[in-house]
Amino acid sequence: MTNESDGGVPATQPVGADLDAPAQTPPSPDKGMFGVKGSGDVSGFGGLARRRPSTADTPRPFGGYFDEVHDALEEAYPGFADAIEKVVVDRGELTLHIKAERIAEVCQIMRDDESLRFELCSSVDAVDYLGSDNRRFHVCYQLTSMTYRRRVRCEAAVAEGVSLPSVTSVYPTADWQEREVYDMFGVVFDGHPNLTRILMPDDWEGHPQRKDYPLGGVPVEYKGAEIPPPDQRRVYQ
Amino acid sequence: MTSQTTSGAGYATERETTEGRVFNVTGGDWDTITGGIDPLSNEKIVVNMGPQHPSTHGVLRLVLELEGETVTQVRPVVGYLHTGIEKNLEYRNWTQGTTFVTRMDYLAPLFNETGYCLAVEKLLGITDDITERANTIRVLFMELNRISSHLVWIATTGMELGAISMMLYGFREREYILDIFEETSGLRMNHAYIRPGGVAQDIPDSAVRKIREFLKYLPKKLKEYEDMLSGQVIWQERTQGVAVLDVTGCLSLGVTGPVLRSAGLAWDLRKTMPYCGYEDYEFDVPTATSADVWGRYLVRMAEIRESLKIVEQALDRLRPGPVMIADKKIAWPAQLAVGVDGMGNSLEHVAKIMGQSMESLIHHFKLVTEGFRVPPGQVYVGIEHPRGELGVHAVSDGGTHPYRVHYRDPSFVNLQAIPAMAEGALLADVIAGGASLDPVMGGCDR
Repeated sequence: MTNESDGGVPATQPVGADLDAPAQTPPSPDKGMFGVKGSGDVSGFGGLARRRPSTADTPRPFGGYFDEVHDALEEAYPGFADAIEKVVVDRGELTLHIKAERIAEVCQIMRDDESLRFELCSSVDAVDYLGSDNRRFHVCYQLTSMTYRRRVRCEAAVAEGVSLPSVTSVYPTADWQEREVYDMFGVVFDGHPNLTRILMPDDWEGHPQRKDYPLGGVPVEYKGAEIPPPDQRRVYQ
Repeated sequence: MTSQTTSGAGYATERETTEGRVFNVTGGDWDTITGGIDPLSNEKIVVNMGPQHPSTHGVLRLVLELEGETVTQVRPVVGYLHTGIEKNLEYRNWTQGTTFVTRMDYLAPLFNETGYCLAVEKLLGITDDITERANTIRVLFMELNRISSHLVWIATTGMELGAISMMLYGFREREYILDIFEETSGLRMNHAYIRPGGVAQDIPDSAVRKIREFLKYLPKKLKEYEDMLSGQVIWQERTQGVAVLDVTGCLSLGVTGPVLRSAGLAWDLRKTMPYCGYEDYEFDVPTATSADVWGRYLVRMAEIRESLKIVEQALDRLRPGPVMIADKKIAWPAQLAVGVDGMGNSLEHVAKIMGQSMESLIHHFKLVTEGFRVPPGQVYVGIEHPRGELGVHAVSDGGTHPYRVHYRDPSFVNLQAIPAMAEGALLADVIAGGASLDPVMGGCDR
């Protein structure tokens, strides 16, 4: 495409976001809260240490229906010990961390086994944990059992550029949701019937909800003062 | 007089006249495109319905492949209203989040806010500390919002199926509800009224009086709608047996809400996985068995009546008390009042903060500029939205901003069912089927 006008509307190149821009959300520090670095702080806050997210295995018993779900899956799925990486119970919710390549198999069992019966896949989405390279993208599947009125979250972690199997053959509802994950994070689902962008334009460059993708924005003037765009304002870490 | 020149590559022919150059855009290029196609051997046509179309509920685009009047393929295309709300949330503090999420599904803003606040409260571990009055107001307002959302559904669906007067009536009655919201939150839409820890401010007595009047007013109007539509032959023909989707289809496509209940499965999160104290209210879950547009109409009309029942009970249990959590580390320190430039912090309250003590001023400043911290972890909260299950997946890394918030919006998931409902049916049924899903593109595209 050229910029030469031949009588019609002048042709311009589509402008995407700058992919080489630095990460705009600074990584959370373990020490030195409120953005304090070095000296200058006499309050003592700068010396506070932050607790890291606990993703350790939860010890048995998990409580509630979680033990039943765990045991039923173990019984119904021969590759259980190999596929389940971790079991976390937090805030009354059960999360099964599953090896990415096994996620479709596990979902099949979760849906079909009589003592599990997770008929509905409520939601599929991803979280970008930038900085943990091999487990950067966590794809979360929120499964709902209408028979037993239970919820379970299955989570599969992949590195950038690594694909995982699509669950659309088990839960057709995951079709658009996996497309959204692909669109926003660039995670590729093998076996998806039509993995294209869904919310962003087809010719968009980059995946907007990655943590290293800039938010963008322009400064605005309000009552004489200039307010910087949200991603350049002062951040309390 | 004139001399005609033809530019080879351009779309239009041009000629010089005494007044200047004149372009001729009669569309002759279509002849060259269609000339080579034999009209008899090629009866399939592809029609682009939308994204700007009065009967697609906003900017939804449907690519239809037609053989005569029969639809052989439908491909819904969404994303025209994507506003990046989820990404924006990551750059604001937890309390500011409600002002963003309320703009997602603009017909059900209070559900977006409640879902978000329930998720934040679950992350904070303060779900049980929310005051009774705050929970009752949340239920009250969600049910009023459900009614207003269903009224827009019946209004727009009426319009799309040829009952224009239904549109006027539906929007007229919705205005009553918006007045109540305005009286309480200051805004007709996009209220940011429900906040982590409670609600922004108490409900005024004048609004309670208005709700009581509305409870008497609406049932008469519902009767009028049914008198107008239910016995109507055109309405019946356009809805009965149209866009059928059974329970199996609904579950595999993830369709929830009135569409699922019209297929006969009484799945309503208010009953099956209660929140905000719904387990203490007396109401039924209406279902139908026809699984068609007619069934969805019956279910929604019955749901409006059930919501009225809940509103009445909520009003009765409205006891005086705080509407915000007692924990001052979380409760937003604001007393709103209408000032010269709109709703804002009341001057008396500002004077109180400024005059009380230095510590109180520091606390206020820290909480407003920095926000509160949320312990690391993730939660998923599902609530019953007028269109189905609204799921909020919130992740915190321990900071003052959300690390990630994802909305499972029912409009987005339900829209996947359009091909299953419409393929093989008539073109006119695409409109009826799409309308019966009640999609709101603001929620779908977020």
